[in-house]
Amino acid sequence: MLATTILELSHNDLARLDRQLEEKVAQAPAFFENIPLIIAVDKLPEAEGQIDLAALMQLCGKHGLRTLALRAGREEDIAAASALELPVLPPSGAREKLIELVEARQAAAEAVAPAEPEKPKEPERKPSKVINHPVRGGQQIYAADGDLVVLGPVSAGAELLADGNIHIYGPMRGRALAGVKGDTGAQIFCQQMGAEMLSIAGIYKVAEDLRRDPQWGRSVHVSLSGDVLNITRL
Amino acid sequence: MAKILVVTSGKGGVGKTTTSAAIGTGLALRGHKTVIVDFDVGLRNLDLIMGCERRVVYDFVNVINNEATLTQALIKDKRLENLYVLAASQTRDKDALTKEGVGKVIDELSQNFEYVICDSPAGIETGAHLAMYFADEAIVVTNPEVSSVRDSDRMLGLLASKSRRAEQGLEPIKERLLLTRYNPERVTKGEMLGVEDVEEILAINLLGVIPESQAVLKASNQGVPVILDEQSDAGQAYGDAVDRLLGKDVPHRFLDVQKKGLMQRLFGAR
Ligand SMILES: Nc1ncnc2c1ncn2[C@@H]1O[C@H](COP(=O)(O)OP(=O)(O)OP(=O)(O)O)[C@@H](O)[C@H]1O
Ligand SMILES: [Mg+2]
Repeated sequence: MLATTILELSHNDLARLDRQLEEKVAQAPAFFENIPLIIAVDKLPEAEGQIDLAALMQLCGKHGLRTLALRAGREEDIAAASALELPVLPPSGAREKLIELVEARQAAAEAVAPAEPEKPKEPERKPSKVINHPVRGGQQIYAADGDLVVLGPVSAGAELLADGNIHIYGPMRGRALAGVKGDTGAQIFCQQMGAEMLSIAGIYKVAEDLRRDPQWGRSVHVSLSGDVLNITRL
Repeated sequence: MAKILVVTSGKGGVGKTTTSAAIGTGLALRGHKTVIVDFDVGLRNLDLIMGCERRVVYDFVNVINNEATLTQALIKDKRLENLYVLAASQTRDKDALTKEGVGKVIDELSQNFEYVICDSPAGIETGAHLAMYFADEAIVVTNPEVSSVRDSDRMLGLLASKSRRAEQGLEPIKERLLLTRYNPERVTKGEMLGVEDVEEILAINLLGVIPESQAVLKASNQGVPVILDEQSDAGQAYGDAVDRLLGKDVPHRFLDVQKKGLMQRLFGAR
Protein backbone atom coordinates (compact mmCIF):
# COMPACT_ATOMS: atom_id res chain seq x y z
CA MET A 1 0.00 0.00 0.00
CA LEU A 2 1.04 3.53 -0.71
CA ALA A 3 1.36 5.57 2.48
CA THR A 4 -0.67 8.75 2.22
CA THR A 5 -1.03 11.65 4.57
CA ILE A 6 -4.37 13.23 5.30
CA LEU A 7 -4.57 16.96 5.82
CA GLU A 8 -7.80 17.57 7.72
CA LEU A 9 -8.80 21.22 7.49
CA SER A 10 -10.38 22.83 10.52
CA HIS A 11 -10.27 26.37 9.17
CA ASN A 12 -10.22 28.08 5.81
CA ASP A 13 -7.55 30.70 6.42
CA LEU A 14 -4.90 30.04 3.79
CA ALA A 15 -2.34 32.46 5.25
CA ARG A 16 -2.60 30.72 8.60
CA LEU A 17 -2.35 27.32 6.95
CA ASP A 18 0.75 28.48 5.11
CA ARG A 19 2.44 29.33 8.42
CA GLN A 20 1.28 26.09 10.03
CA LEU A 21 2.62 23.98 7.18
CA GLU A 22 5.88 25.86 7.23
CA GLU A 23 6.35 24.98 10.90
CA LYS A 24 5.48 21.33 10.32
CA VAL A 25 7.81 20.97 7.38
CA ALA A 26 10.62 22.63 9.28
CA GLN A 27 10.33 19.88 11.90
CA ALA A 28 10.85 17.04 9.43
CA PRO A 29 11.84 18.34 5.98
CA ALA A 30 12.72 14.92 4.56
CA PHE A 31 9.36 13.47 5.45
CA PHE A 32 7.46 16.16 3.58
CA GLU A 33 9.39 15.83 0.36
CA ASN A 34 6.86 15.02 -2.37
CA ILE A 35 4.54 13.11 -0.08
CA PRO A 36 1.16 12.03 -1.44
CA LEU A 37 -1.63 13.89 0.27
CA ILE A 38 -5.36 13.66 0.73
CA ILE A 39 -6.96 16.99 1.57
CA ALA A 40 -9.97 16.47 3.84
CA VAL A 41 -12.57 19.22 4.00
CA ASP A 42 -15.44 17.10 5.23
CA LYS A 43 -14.85 18.20 8.83
CA LEU A 44 -14.53 21.87 7.92
CA PRO A 45 -17.19 23.85 9.80
CA GLU A 46 -19.89 25.32 7.58
CA ALA A 47 -19.12 28.83 8.85
CA GLU A 48 -15.63 28.70 7.29
CA GLY A 49 -17.25 29.15 3.90
CA GLN A 50 -16.29 27.97 0.41
CA ILE A 51 -12.69 26.78 -0.01
CA ASP A 52 -10.50 27.86 -2.89
CA LEU A 53 -9.33 24.39 -3.86
CA ALA A 54 -6.85 25.47 -6.54
CA ALA A 55 -5.16 27.90 -4.16
CA LEU A 56 -5.16 25.26 -1.44
CA MET A 57 -3.46 22.71 -3.70
CA GLN A 58 -0.94 25.27 -4.83
CA LEU A 59 -0.16 26.09 -1.23
CA CYS A 60 0.33 22.40 -0.38
CA GLY A 61 2.52 21.97 -3.44
CA LYS A 62 4.69 24.83 -2.26
CA HIS A 63 5.45 22.78 0.86
CA GLY A 64 6.18 19.61 -1.09
CA LEU A 65 2.76 17.99 -0.58
CA ARG A 66 1.33 16.39 -3.72
CA THR A 67 -2.46 16.30 -3.66
CA LEU A 68 -3.90 12.89 -4.70
CA ALA A 69 -7.52 13.34 -3.77
CA LEU A 70 -10.07 15.41 -1.93
CA ARG A 71 -12.16 13.98 0.87
CA ALA A 72 -15.35 15.95 0.85
CA GLY A 73 -19.07 15.77 1.38
CA ARG A 74 -20.35 19.17 0.29
CA GLU A 75 -21.63 19.60 -3.21
CA GLU A 76 -19.55 22.74 -3.88
CA ASP A 77 -16.33 21.03 -2.80
CA ILE A 78 -17.03 17.95 -4.93
CA ALA A 79 -17.79 20.18 -7.91
CA ALA A 80 -14.56 22.11 -7.36
CA ALA A 81 -12.58 18.88 -7.26
CA SER A 82 -14.23 17.55 -10.43
CA ALA A 83 -13.41 20.80 -12.19
CA LEU A 84 -9.75 20.20 -11.38
CA GLU A 85 -10.08 16.50 -12.26
CA LEU A 86 -9.14 15.62 -8.71
CA PRO A 87 -10.57 12.31 -7.40
CA VAL A 88 -13.11 12.66 -4.59
CA LEU A 89 -13.28 10.32 -1.59
CA PRO A 90 -16.40 10.00 0.54
CA PRO A 91 -16.32 11.69 3.95
CA SER A 92 -14.94 9.65 6.80
CA GLY A 93 -17.81 7.99 8.62
CA ALA A 94 -19.75 7.89 5.37
CA ARG A 95 -20.34 4.19 5.74
CA GLU A 96 -22.46 4.56 8.90
CA LYS A 97 -24.33 7.44 7.38
CA LEU A 98 -25.10 5.56 4.19
CA ILE A 99 -26.76 2.79 6.12
CA GLU A 100 -28.82 5.33 7.99
CA LEU A 101 -29.86 6.92 4.74
CA VAL A 102 -31.13 3.64 3.46
CA GLU A 103 -32.93 2.71 6.62
CA ALA A 104 -34.22 5.87 8.12
CA ARG A 105 -36.08 8.85 6.81
CA GLN A 106 -34.06 11.97 6.28
CA ALA A 107 -35.54 13.72 9.30
CA ALA A 108 -34.53 10.87 11.56
CA ALA A 109 -31.02 10.83 10.13
CA GLU A 110 -30.63 14.49 10.84
CA ALA A 111 -31.84 14.04 14.38
CA VAL A 112 -29.26 11.31 15.02
CA ALA A 113 -26.36 13.34 13.70
CA PRO A 114 -27.20 16.97 14.11
CA ALA A 115 -23.59 18.10 14.42
CA GLU A 116 -22.60 16.74 11.00
CA PRO A 117 -22.19 19.53 8.44
CA GLU A 118 -24.38 18.00 5.75
CA LYS A 119 -25.37 14.60 4.46
CA PRO A 120 -22.89 13.08 1.97
CA LYS A 121 -23.71 13.77 -1.61
CA GLU A 122 -24.72 10.81 -3.75
CA PRO A 123 -21.89 10.14 -6.21
CA GLU A 124 -22.58 11.30 -9.72
CA ARG A 125 -24.08 8.61 -11.94
CA LYS A 126 -21.76 7.27 -14.61
CA PRO A 127 -22.98 4.91 -17.34
CA SER A 128 -22.36 1.24 -16.56
CA LYS A 129 -19.30 -0.40 -18.03
CA VAL A 130 -20.42 -3.30 -20.21
CA ILE A 131 -17.94 -6.01 -21.22
CA ASN A 132 -19.18 -8.38 -23.90
CA HIS A 133 -16.27 -10.75 -24.18
CA PRO A 134 -14.82 -13.36 -21.81
CA VAL A 135 -12.64 -11.99 -19.01
CA ARG A 136 -9.60 -14.27 -18.80
CA GLY A 137 -7.16 -15.09 -16.05
CA GLY A 138 -4.72 -12.23 -15.44
CA GLN A 139 -7.12 -9.59 -16.69
CA GLN A 140 -8.53 -6.88 -14.46
CA ILE A 141 -11.50 -4.69 -15.22
CA TYR A 142 -12.50 -1.68 -13.14
CA ALA A 143 -15.68 0.33 -13.45
CA ALA A 144 -14.95 3.65 -11.77
CA ASP A 145 -17.92 5.51 -10.28
CA GLY A 146 -20.44 3.01 -11.54
CA ASP A 147 -21.62 -0.50 -12.27
CA LEU A 148 -19.86 -3.26 -14.16
CA VAL A 149 -21.77 -5.68 -16.37
CA VAL A 150 -20.03 -8.70 -17.88
CA LEU A 151 -21.77 -10.65 -20.63
CA GLY A 152 -19.62 -13.77 -20.76
CA PRO A 153 -17.52 -16.06 -18.62
CA VAL A 154 -15.07 -14.75 -16.03
CA SER A 155 -12.11 -17.08 -15.57
CA ALA A 156 -10.22 -18.06 -12.47
CA GLY A 157 -7.50 -15.47 -11.94
CA ALA A 158 -9.56 -12.63 -13.45
CA GLU A 159 -10.57 -9.66 -11.31
CA LEU A 160 -13.64 -7.43 -11.58
CA LEU A 161 -13.79 -4.19 -9.63
CA ALA A 162 -16.50 -1.56 -9.43
CA ASP A 163 -17.35 1.41 -7.31
CA GLY A 164 -20.96 0.32 -7.78
CA ASN A 165 -22.61 -3.04 -8.46
CA ILE A 166 -21.28 -5.97 -10.48
CA HIS A 167 -23.40 -8.17 -12.74
CA ILE A 168 -22.02 -11.30 -14.39
CA TYR A 169 -24.09 -13.09 -17.02
CA GLY A 170 -21.95 -16.20 -17.48
CA PRO A 171 -19.99 -18.59 -15.29
CA MET A 172 -18.14 -16.59 -12.63
CA ARG A 173 -14.86 -18.21 -11.54
CA GLY A 174 -12.76 -15.16 -10.75
CA ARG A 175 -12.87 -12.39 -8.19
CA ALA A 176 -15.51 -9.70 -7.91
CA LEU A 177 -15.10 -6.65 -5.70
CA ALA A 178 -18.07 -4.31 -5.62
CA GLY A 179 -18.22 -1.02 -3.77
CA VAL A 180 -14.44 -0.76 -3.71
CA LYS A 181 -14.60 2.83 -2.46
CA GLY A 182 -16.65 1.77 0.51
CA ASP A 183 -20.24 1.78 -0.76
CA THR A 184 -21.86 -0.78 1.53
CA GLY A 185 -25.02 -0.68 -0.55
CA ALA A 186 -23.21 -2.16 -3.57
CA GLN A 187 -24.28 -5.63 -4.70
CA ILE A 188 -23.10 -8.50 -6.86
CA PHE A 189 -25.25 -10.59 -9.17
CA CYS A 190 -23.87 -13.83 -10.67
CA GLN A 191 -25.62 -16.12 -13.06
CA GLN A 192 -23.40 -19.05 -12.00
CA MET A 193 -21.34 -18.48 -8.88
CA GLY A 194 -18.06 -20.38 -8.71
CA ALA A 195 -16.02 -17.41 -7.58
CA GLU A 196 -12.54 -17.25 -6.08
CA MET A 197 -13.55 -14.25 -4.05
CA LEU A 198 -16.56 -12.01 -3.56
CA SER A 199 -16.23 -8.69 -1.77
CA ILE A 200 -18.46 -5.73 -1.01
CA ALA A 201 -16.94 -2.59 0.50
CA GLY A 202 -13.99 -4.62 1.68
CA ILE A 203 -16.01 -7.37 3.39
CA TYR A 204 -15.16 -10.57 1.55
CA LYS A 205 -15.46 -14.33 1.29
CA VAL A 206 -12.87 -16.52 -0.45
CA ALA A 207 -13.38 -19.72 -2.43
CA GLU A 208 -12.80 -21.90 0.61
CA ASP A 209 -15.92 -20.44 2.25
CA LEU A 210 -17.85 -19.97 -0.96
CA ARG A 211 -17.48 -23.60 -1.97
CA ARG A 212 -19.23 -24.67 1.21
CA ASP A 213 -22.12 -22.34 0.50
CA PRO A 214 -25.29 -24.14 -0.62
CA GLN A 215 -25.58 -21.55 -3.41
CA TRP A 216 -22.23 -22.53 -4.99
CA GLY A 217 -22.71 -22.97 -8.73
CA ARG A 218 -26.12 -21.29 -8.68
CA SER A 219 -27.53 -17.89 -9.64
CA VAL A 220 -26.92 -15.66 -6.68
CA HIS A 221 -27.39 -12.20 -5.28
CA VAL A 222 -24.71 -10.94 -2.91
CA SER A 223 -25.28 -8.07 -0.52
CA LEU A 224 -23.98 -6.73 2.73
CA SER A 225 -25.86 -6.42 5.98
CA GLY A 226 -23.67 -4.97 8.68
CA ASP A 227 -20.39 -6.78 8.23
CA VAL A 228 -21.91 -10.00 6.96
CA LEU A 229 -21.82 -10.91 3.30
CA ASN A 230 -25.20 -12.41 2.39
CA ILE A 231 -25.46 -14.83 -0.51
CA THR A 232 -28.99 -15.62 -1.57
CA ARG A 233 -30.51 -17.51 -4.47
CA LEU A 234 -31.65 -15.34 -7.33
CA MET B 1 -1.68 -12.73 -48.36
CA ALA B 2 -1.05 -15.66 -46.07
CA LYS B 3 -3.04 -16.64 -43.03
CA ILE B 4 -0.82 -16.29 -39.97
CA LEU B 5 -1.53 -19.07 -37.49
CA VAL B 6 0.07 -19.27 -34.07
CA VAL B 7 0.31 -22.50 -32.08
CA THR B 8 0.49 -21.43 -28.45
CA SER B 9 -0.30 -22.61 -24.93
CA GLY B 10 1.33 -20.71 -22.10
CA LYS B 11 2.39 -23.95 -20.43
CA GLY B 12 5.44 -25.85 -21.66
CA GLY B 13 5.64 -29.37 -23.05
CA VAL B 14 1.97 -29.69 -23.96
CA GLY B 15 2.53 -30.49 -27.65
CA LYS B 16 2.91 -27.16 -29.48
CA THR B 17 5.84 -28.22 -31.64
CA THR B 18 4.27 -31.63 -32.35
CA THR B 19 1.11 -29.77 -33.39
CA SER B 20 2.88 -27.13 -35.50
CA ALA B 21 4.68 -29.87 -37.43
CA ALA B 22 1.52 -31.95 -37.88
CA ILE B 23 -0.80 -29.09 -38.87
CA GLY B 24 1.77 -27.48 -41.17
CA THR B 25 2.43 -30.78 -42.89
CA GLY B 26 -1.32 -31.50 -43.10
CA LEU B 27 -1.97 -28.17 -44.83
CA ALA B 28 0.83 -28.81 -47.31
CA LEU B 29 -0.51 -32.33 -47.95
CA ARG B 30 -3.82 -30.76 -48.88
CA GLY B 31 -2.12 -28.53 -51.41
CA HIS B 32 -1.53 -25.32 -49.46
CA LYS B 33 1.89 -23.71 -49.61
CA THR B 34 2.95 -23.57 -45.97
CA VAL B 35 5.91 -22.48 -43.87
CA ILE B 36 6.44 -23.42 -40.23
CA VAL B 37 8.45 -20.91 -38.19
CA ASP B 38 10.21 -21.91 -34.96
CA PHE B 39 10.00 -19.05 -32.42
CA ASP B 40 11.69 -21.02 -29.66
CA VAL B 41 15.05 -19.27 -29.91
CA GLY B 42 17.71 -21.09 -27.93
CA LEU B 43 15.69 -24.31 -27.67
CA ARG B 44 15.03 -25.11 -31.30
CA ASN B 45 13.10 -28.31 -31.73
CA LEU B 46 10.94 -28.00 -34.77
CA ASP B 47 13.73 -28.96 -37.16
CA LEU B 48 14.21 -32.25 -35.26
CA ILE B 49 10.53 -33.12 -35.38
CA MET B 50 10.42 -32.19 -39.07
CA GLY B 51 13.58 -34.24 -39.70
CA CYS B 52 15.53 -31.39 -41.28
CA GLU B 53 18.00 -30.63 -38.48
CA ARG B 54 21.01 -31.56 -40.59
CA ARG B 55 20.14 -29.07 -43.28
CA VAL B 56 19.90 -25.94 -41.13
CA VAL B 57 22.37 -23.34 -42.38
CA TYR B 58 20.73 -20.01 -41.60
CA ASP B 59 17.97 -19.36 -39.13
CA PHE B 60 15.23 -16.90 -38.21
CA VAL B 61 17.61 -14.63 -36.28
CA ASN B 62 20.05 -14.48 -39.20
CA VAL B 63 17.22 -13.21 -41.38
CA ILE B 64 16.14 -10.62 -38.82
CA ASN B 65 19.74 -9.38 -38.57
CA ASN B 66 20.10 -9.29 -42.36
CA GLU B 67 22.87 -11.89 -42.20
CA ALA B 68 20.94 -14.07 -44.64
CA THR B 69 17.99 -13.69 -47.00
CA LEU B 70 14.77 -15.50 -46.40
CA THR B 71 15.38 -17.60 -49.50
CA GLN B 72 18.69 -18.75 -48.04
CA ALA B 73 17.20 -19.57 -44.66
CA LEU B 74 14.03 -21.40 -45.71
CA ILE B 75 14.48 -25.17 -45.60
CA LYS B 76 12.44 -27.06 -48.13
CA ASP B 77 10.81 -30.27 -46.89
CA LYS B 78 12.07 -33.43 -48.55
CA ARG B 79 8.72 -35.17 -48.63
CA LEU B 80 6.33 -32.41 -49.64
CA GLU B 81 6.62 -29.96 -52.49
CA ASN B 82 5.03 -26.94 -50.83
CA LEU B 83 6.29 -27.21 -47.27
CA TYR B 84 9.09 -25.14 -45.73
CA VAL B 85 10.66 -24.66 -42.31
CA LEU B 86 12.32 -21.58 -40.85
CA ALA B 87 14.48 -22.82 -37.99
CA ALA B 88 15.14 -21.00 -34.74
CA SER B 89 18.64 -20.11 -33.69
CA GLN B 90 20.27 -22.45 -31.21
CA THR B 91 22.97 -20.03 -30.19
CA ARG B 92 21.22 -16.71 -29.65
CA ASP B 93 19.13 -15.77 -26.68
CA LYS B 94 15.47 -14.69 -26.69
CA ASP B 95 16.28 -11.00 -27.02
CA ALA B 96 17.41 -11.61 -30.59
CA LEU B 97 13.75 -11.35 -31.64
CA THR B 98 12.33 -7.86 -31.99
CA LYS B 99 8.85 -6.77 -33.00
CA GLU B 100 10.15 -4.90 -36.05
CA GLY B 101 12.37 -7.81 -37.09
CA VAL B 102 9.66 -10.43 -36.71
CA GLY B 103 7.13 -8.19 -38.43
CA LYS B 104 9.42 -7.77 -41.40
CA VAL B 105 9.98 -11.52 -41.79
CA ILE B 106 6.30 -12.36 -41.34
CA ASP B 107 5.36 -9.75 -43.95
CA GLU B 108 7.78 -11.21 -46.43
CA LEU B 109 6.56 -14.76 -45.77
CA SER B 110 2.96 -13.57 -46.23
CA GLN B 111 3.76 -12.59 -49.81
CA ASN B 112 4.89 -16.08 -50.74
CA PHE B 113 2.86 -18.53 -48.68
CA GLU B 114 -0.75 -19.44 -48.01
CA TYR B 115 -0.15 -20.38 -44.39
CA VAL B 116 2.50 -19.21 -41.93
CA ILE B 117 2.51 -21.42 -38.82
CA CYS B 118 4.24 -19.88 -35.80
CA ASP B 119 5.44 -22.45 -33.26
CA SER B 120 5.44 -20.49 -30.00
CA PRO B 121 7.78 -21.09 -27.10
CA ALA B 122 6.24 -21.76 -23.69
CA GLY B 123 5.48 -18.93 -21.29
CA ILE B 124 4.02 -15.48 -21.80
CA GLU B 125 7.28 -13.56 -22.25
CA THR B 126 8.77 -11.88 -25.33
CA GLY B 127 9.14 -14.99 -27.50
CA ALA B 128 5.58 -16.17 -26.91
CA HIS B 129 4.27 -12.63 -27.32
CA LEU B 130 6.03 -12.11 -30.65
CA ALA B 131 4.87 -15.51 -31.90
CA MET B 132 1.23 -14.53 -31.42
CA TYR B 133 1.45 -10.78 -32.05
CA PHE B 134 0.95 -10.93 -35.84
CA ALA B 135 -1.50 -13.86 -35.85
CA ASP B 136 -4.85 -14.05 -37.60
CA GLU B 137 -5.78 -17.33 -35.96
CA ALA B 138 -4.58 -19.14 -32.88
CA ILE B 139 -4.50 -22.81 -32.02
CA VAL B 140 -4.40 -23.01 -28.25
CA VAL B 141 -2.84 -26.34 -27.31
CA THR B 142 -4.06 -27.61 -23.97
CA ASN B 143 -3.61 -30.83 -21.98
CA PRO B 144 -6.60 -32.04 -19.98
CA GLU B 145 -5.31 -30.90 -16.63
CA VAL B 146 -6.05 -27.85 -14.48
CA SER B 147 -2.70 -26.04 -14.72
CA SER B 148 -2.57 -26.34 -18.50
CA VAL B 149 -6.15 -25.10 -18.84
CA ARG B 150 -5.38 -22.15 -16.61
CA ASP B 151 -2.32 -21.17 -18.64
CA SER B 152 -4.31 -21.46 -21.86
CA ASP B 153 -6.94 -19.19 -20.37
CA ARG B 154 -4.27 -16.64 -19.54
CA MET B 155 -2.93 -16.90 -23.08
CA LEU B 156 -6.43 -16.34 -24.48
CA GLY B 157 -6.58 -13.10 -22.51
CA LEU B 158 -3.32 -11.97 -24.08
CA LEU B 159 -4.49 -12.96 -27.58
CA ALA B 160 -7.54 -10.78 -27.05
CA SER B 161 -5.64 -7.78 -25.73
CA LYS B 162 -1.95 -7.81 -26.67
CA SER B 163 -1.95 -8.76 -30.34
CA ARG B 164 -1.61 -6.56 -33.39
CA ARG B 165 -5.28 -7.16 -34.21
CA ALA B 166 -6.28 -6.07 -30.71
CA GLU B 167 -4.05 -3.00 -30.78
CA GLN B 168 -5.31 -1.91 -34.18
CA GLY B 169 -8.94 -2.59 -33.30
CA LEU B 170 -9.27 -5.16 -36.09
CA GLU B 171 -11.42 -8.27 -35.93
CA PRO B 172 -10.06 -10.34 -33.03
CA ILE B 173 -7.80 -13.36 -33.50
CA LYS B 174 -9.86 -16.46 -34.22
CA GLU B 175 -9.24 -18.78 -31.28
CA ARG B 176 -9.45 -22.56 -31.41
CA LEU B 177 -8.84 -25.19 -28.81
CA LEU B 178 -6.75 -28.27 -29.50
CA LEU B 179 -6.85 -30.73 -26.65
CA THR B 180 -3.79 -32.99 -26.81
CA ARG B 181 -2.46 -36.00 -24.91
CA TYR B 182 -6.06 -36.98 -24.24
CA ASN B 183 -6.47 -40.23 -22.42
CA PRO B 184 -10.15 -41.30 -22.23
CA GLU B 185 -9.35 -44.03 -19.71
CA ARG B 186 -7.87 -41.54 -17.28
CA VAL B 187 -10.78 -39.19 -17.86
CA THR B 188 -13.20 -41.97 -16.93
CA LYS B 189 -11.21 -42.59 -13.76
CA GLY B 190 -11.44 -38.91 -12.92
CA GLU B 191 -7.69 -38.41 -13.18
CA MET B 192 -7.98 -35.96 -16.05
CA LEU B 193 -10.45 -33.34 -17.19
CA GLY B 194 -12.90 -34.38 -19.88
CA VAL B 195 -13.42 -32.60 -23.21
CA GLU B 196 -16.63 -30.97 -21.98
CA ASP B 197 -14.93 -29.68 -18.82
CA VAL B 198 -12.16 -27.98 -20.76
CA GLU B 199 -14.56 -26.62 -23.38
CA GLU B 200 -16.75 -25.20 -20.65
CA ILE B 201 -13.91 -23.47 -18.86
CA LEU B 202 -12.24 -21.98 -21.93
CA ALA B 203 -15.43 -21.36 -23.89
CA ILE B 204 -13.82 -21.45 -27.34
CA ASN B 205 -14.34 -23.47 -30.48
CA LEU B 206 -12.90 -27.02 -30.36
CA LEU B 207 -10.57 -27.73 -33.27
CA GLY B 208 -9.78 -31.27 -32.23
CA VAL B 209 -8.80 -33.81 -29.63
CA ILE B 210 -5.48 -35.62 -30.07
CA PRO B 211 -5.20 -38.83 -28.05
CA GLU B 212 -2.16 -39.67 -25.96
CA SER B 213 -0.29 -41.93 -28.33
CA GLN B 214 2.91 -43.92 -28.67
CA ALA B 215 2.91 -42.89 -32.31
CA VAL B 216 3.91 -39.33 -31.38
CA LEU B 217 7.15 -40.32 -29.69
CA LYS B 218 7.97 -42.76 -32.46
CA ALA B 219 7.33 -40.11 -35.10
CA SER B 220 9.43 -37.45 -33.43
CA ASN B 221 12.32 -39.86 -32.97
CA GLN B 222 12.21 -40.54 -36.69
CA GLY B 223 11.80 -36.92 -37.64
CA VAL B 224 8.50 -37.58 -39.39
CA PRO B 225 5.49 -35.43 -38.44
CA VAL B 226 2.94 -37.79 -36.88
CA ILE B 227 0.23 -36.75 -39.35
CA LEU B 228 2.14 -38.73 -41.99
CA ASP B 229 1.59 -41.89 -39.93
CA GLU B 230 -1.88 -42.39 -41.30
CA GLN B 231 -2.42 -45.65 -39.44
CA SER B 232 -2.01 -44.03 -36.05
CA ASP B 233 -4.79 -42.58 -33.94
CA ALA B 234 -2.85 -39.34 -33.32
CA GLY B 235 -2.09 -39.01 -37.04
CA GLN B 236 -5.76 -39.41 -37.95
CA ALA B 237 -6.86 -37.00 -35.22
CA TYR B 238 -4.45 -34.37 -36.56
CA GLY B 239 -5.78 -35.04 -40.07
CA ASP B 240 -9.31 -34.33 -38.86
CA ALA B 241 -8.13 -31.16 -37.16
CA VAL B 242 -6.58 -29.89 -40.40
CA ASP B 243 -9.82 -30.63 -42.26
CA ARG B 244 -11.75 -28.65 -39.65
CA LEU B 245 -9.25 -25.82 -39.97
CA LEU B 246 -10.06 -25.75 -43.67
CA GLY B 247 -13.76 -25.49 -42.88
CA LYS B 248 -14.86 -29.13 -43.16
CA ASP B 249 -17.37 -30.49 -40.70
CA VAL B 250 -15.73 -33.63 -39.35
CA PRO B 251 -17.03 -35.54 -36.30
CA HIS B 252 -14.67 -35.85 -33.33
CA ARG B 253 -13.06 -39.25 -32.78
CA PHE B 254 -10.98 -40.97 -30.11
CA LEU B 255 -13.02 -39.45 -27.30
CA ASP B 256 -14.20 -42.68 -25.71
CA VAL B 257 -12.45 -45.56 -24.04
CA GLN B 258 -11.66 -48.17 -26.67
CA LYS B 259 -13.53 -51.40 -26.04
CA LYS B 260 -11.29 -54.20 -27.17
CA GLY B 261 -13.99 -56.31 -28.83
CA LEU B 262 -13.42 -59.33 -31.06
CA MET B 263 -14.11 -57.36 -34.24
CA GLN B 264 -11.62 -54.75 -33.25
CA ARG B 265 -8.95 -57.32 -32.51
CA LEU B 266 -9.58 -58.89 -35.92
CA PHE B 267 -9.72 -55.70 -37.93
CA GLY B 268 -7.55 -53.31 -35.91
CA ALA B 269 -8.51 -49.82 -34.88
CA ARG B 270 -11.27 -48.11 -36.81
N1 LIG C 1 -0.45 -36.79 -28.34
C1 LIG C 1 0.68 -37.10 -27.70
N2 LIG C 1 0.86 -38.33 -27.19
C2 LIG C 1 1.99 -38.66 -26.54
N3 LIG C 1 3.02 -37.83 -26.37
C3 LIG C 1 2.90 -36.56 -26.84
C4 LIG C 1 1.73 -36.13 -27.54
N4 LIG C 1 1.91 -34.85 -27.90
C5 LIG C 1 3.12 -34.48 -27.47
N5 LIG C 1 3.74 -35.50 -26.84
C6 LIG C 1 5.07 -35.50 -26.23
O1 LIG C 1 5.16 -34.43 -25.31
C7 LIG C 1 6.45 -33.86 -25.32
C8 LIG C 1 6.36 -32.38 -25.58
O2 LIG C 1 5.86 -32.17 -26.88
P1 LIG C 1 6.23 -30.87 -27.72
O3 LIG C 1 7.69 -30.69 -27.82
O4 LIG C 1 5.44 -30.90 -28.97
O5 LIG C 1 5.63 -29.79 -26.73
P2 LIG C 1 5.84 -28.21 -26.75
O6 LIG C 1 4.58 -27.65 -26.24
O7 LIG C 1 6.31 -27.76 -28.07
O8 LIG C 1 7.00 -28.04 -25.69
P3 LIG C 1 7.81 -26.67 -25.37
O9 LIG C 1 6.90 -25.86 -24.51
O10 LIG C 1 9.02 -27.15 -24.65
O11 LIG C 1 8.10 -26.04 -26.69
C9 LIG C 1 7.25 -34.59 -26.38
O12 LIG C 1 8.02 -35.56 -25.78
C10 LIG C 1 6.17 -35.23 -27.24
O13 LIG C 1 6.62 -36.42 -27.83
MG1 LIG D 1 8.04 -26.53 -28.60
